[in-house]
Amino acid sequence: MSREILQVSGLSMRFGGLLAVNGVALTVKEKQVVALIGPNGAGKTTVFNCLTGFYKPSGGTILLDGQPIQGLAGHQIARKGVVRTFQNVRLFKEMTALENLLIAQHRHLNTNFFAGLFKTPSFRRSEKEAMERAQYWLEKVNLTEFANRTAGTLAYGQQRRLEIARCMMTQPRIIMLDEPAAGLNPKETEDLKALIAYLRESHNVTVLLIEHDMKLVMSISDHIVVINQGTPLADGTPEEIRGNPDVIKAYLGEA
Amino acid sequence: MNRNLKQAFFSALLVWAVAFPVLGLKLSIDGISLVVHSQGSFTIGIIAACSVLMFLRVLFDKQWSAVMGRRSERKLVPPSVSNFLTLPKTQRWVIMGLIVAALIWPFFGSRGAVDIATLILIYVLLGLGLNIVVGLAGLLDLGYVGFYAVGAYSYAMLSHYLGWSFWVCLPIAGLMAATFGFLLGFPVLRLRGDYLAIVTLGFGEIIRLFLRNLTDWTGGPNGISNIPKPEFFGLTFERRAAEGMQTFHEFFGLEYNSINKVIFLYLVALLLALLALFVINRLLRMPIGRAWEALREDEIACRALGLNPTVIKLSAFTLGACFAGFAGSFFAARQGLVTPESFTFIESAIILAIVVLGGMGSQLGVILAAIVMILLPEMMREFSEYRMLMFGALMVLMMIWRPQGLLPMQRPHMELPR
Repeated sequence: MSREILQVSGLSMRFGGLLAVNGVALTVKEKQVVALIGPNGAGKTTVFNCLTGFYKPSGGTILLDGQPIQGLAGHQIARKGVVRTFQNVRLFKEMTALENLLIAQHRHLNTNFFAGLFKTPSFRRSEKEAMERAQYWLEKVNLTEFANRTAGTLAYGQQRRLEIARCMMTQPRIIMLDEPAAGLNPKETEDLKALIAYLRESHNVTVLLIEHDMKLVMSISDHIVVINQGTPLADGTPEEIRGNPDVIKAYLGEA
Repeated sequence: MNRNLKQAFFSALLVWAVAFPVLGLKLSIDGISLVVHSQGSFTIGIIAACSVLMFLRVLFDKQWSAVMGRRSERKLVPPSVSNFLTLPKTQRWVIMGLIVAALIWPFFGSRGAVDIATLILIYVLLGLGLNIVVGLAGLLDLGYVGFYAVGAYSYAMLSHYLGWSFWVCLPIAGLMAATFGFLLGFPVLRLRGDYLAIVTLGFGEIIRLFLRNLTDWTGGPNGISNIPKPEFFGLTFERRAAEGMQTFHEFFGLEYNSINKVIFLYLVALLLALLALFVINRLLRMPIGRAWEALREDEIACRALGLNPTVIKLSAFTLGACFAGFAGSFFAARQGLVTPESFTFIESAIILAIVVLGGMGSQLGVILAAIVMILLPEMMREFSEYRMLMFGALMVLMMIWRPQGLLPMQRPHMELPR
């Protein structure tokens, strides 16, 4: 519980003259839930993009298990066990829910060309296992009955859940959720909370999330990092953050 | 009304401006000078009639749209039927039927018909190959003919310089084309959409020009001729066998008949096309096929899940090129002659047209489109001057009425068994 899995220090990202992220530091311990909060446009998603390799950070280091990962390509970082969801859900809309989950297992499957061509026993087995894993997670996120529906036709809350399930198919160590509760109703938000708790307890996943729903953030996070206009503002347990005058000022403005 | 009238008048004028120079005038050589004269009053009359029709059509545009609008509510093909036709299962049965027919009829068909069917099969093979790249992986490749050329020249050169037989060279040609696909794909596949199209177009032309200018090896513009035809387990289909060889008709004690050769070539082409069909059918249900589809839909999500986009695109490019290589080596064997002029950009365009016309991603569509695209020009030999015109008209009409292609296919979805 105490081992540090992700250490970020001095992370900065510059777009031309705009310093979108400036010196953000972040330490995530194994099996923790860490929230990244801040007002709109604070650079939270930019931090996510840097961590997952979609942007190449202009400065700073990102250590995963002590190994630097900054500057690696997105798919390489994902293979190291850091996967993410997106603020605007990015499912494969024309494919079924089941297929979305199969795609995510791509690198765990038997992708040998000839094995697939001649349906060798090992290929069949690998496909069958993939199906079973997909089935397991469909059940976990309550989507079994929608397995054969195309993802684009699912309701918004279902799409969000499917995206999390899809991340879990890659057998990740850290899952990064970008505003997972956005657009969910209170009941769905409760379910999400339970799901996150389940991921952490039963699958040893570390969770890093961006969220605006303070009730959710305060109730599930072990640690909160606040950033404002790209710079770190505060950092601490939910109680510490709740009472921090700087944070309140950043959110509500000065009186 | 006044504006309508102006527009109608302008449209009618446009008909004249387009049709008169193209259809109404005729160039002929008189001694050493070129003379322009009219095509005759009949053609002029047709153009005039067309312009009048156009005038009326634009003038009464509103009324016309109202009538058409009412009519178009009734679909040409009811949705349930079109849904049934695009189901993978239905299409599989239709393809089965076509295969059986394709196996039987050459033994009854005429020599010319079998010959054309062989040509169609080459294009089916090319279309199926390009369908992997364009239809499944969504990479617009305008230089596909380059790989076709690599395949053709691989066989031509191996047989010319080393005397290797068709069946040995066929896999080598496929491999060569695949290697080229791999090497060319590597630098260009980070590009997207239009940029990729332009770069592949360039590569296609480079390959052709390279073959044309490598005179010492490829014979330059003259190409390589006298390429042997495929053999049937070492039996040739020529009238007389070379030293130490046997001919087909002698071995089976038949009368020599040149149609045997044509039918055999046809069957070889059919074999290759069936191989392509089988491989693509499997690919659709393999992880790599799913990954192509996913990549086409959302590359960013793919990367976030640990899929390497370059490798996946490259596999599509390489496989597609491999089929072009097979088609190329068969083409070389059938023609007995390869020249760089067989591999111009228009070939790429025709193959791409087959894929688009058939309906992206659909094998049955590709087969039908290849038949249409090759058979129509053959049947319209008398109107050869207007071939390109009809070709263009067909394309425009298709895009209006069936933008999704002749027979698109719904992808076979993986289903959860219940």
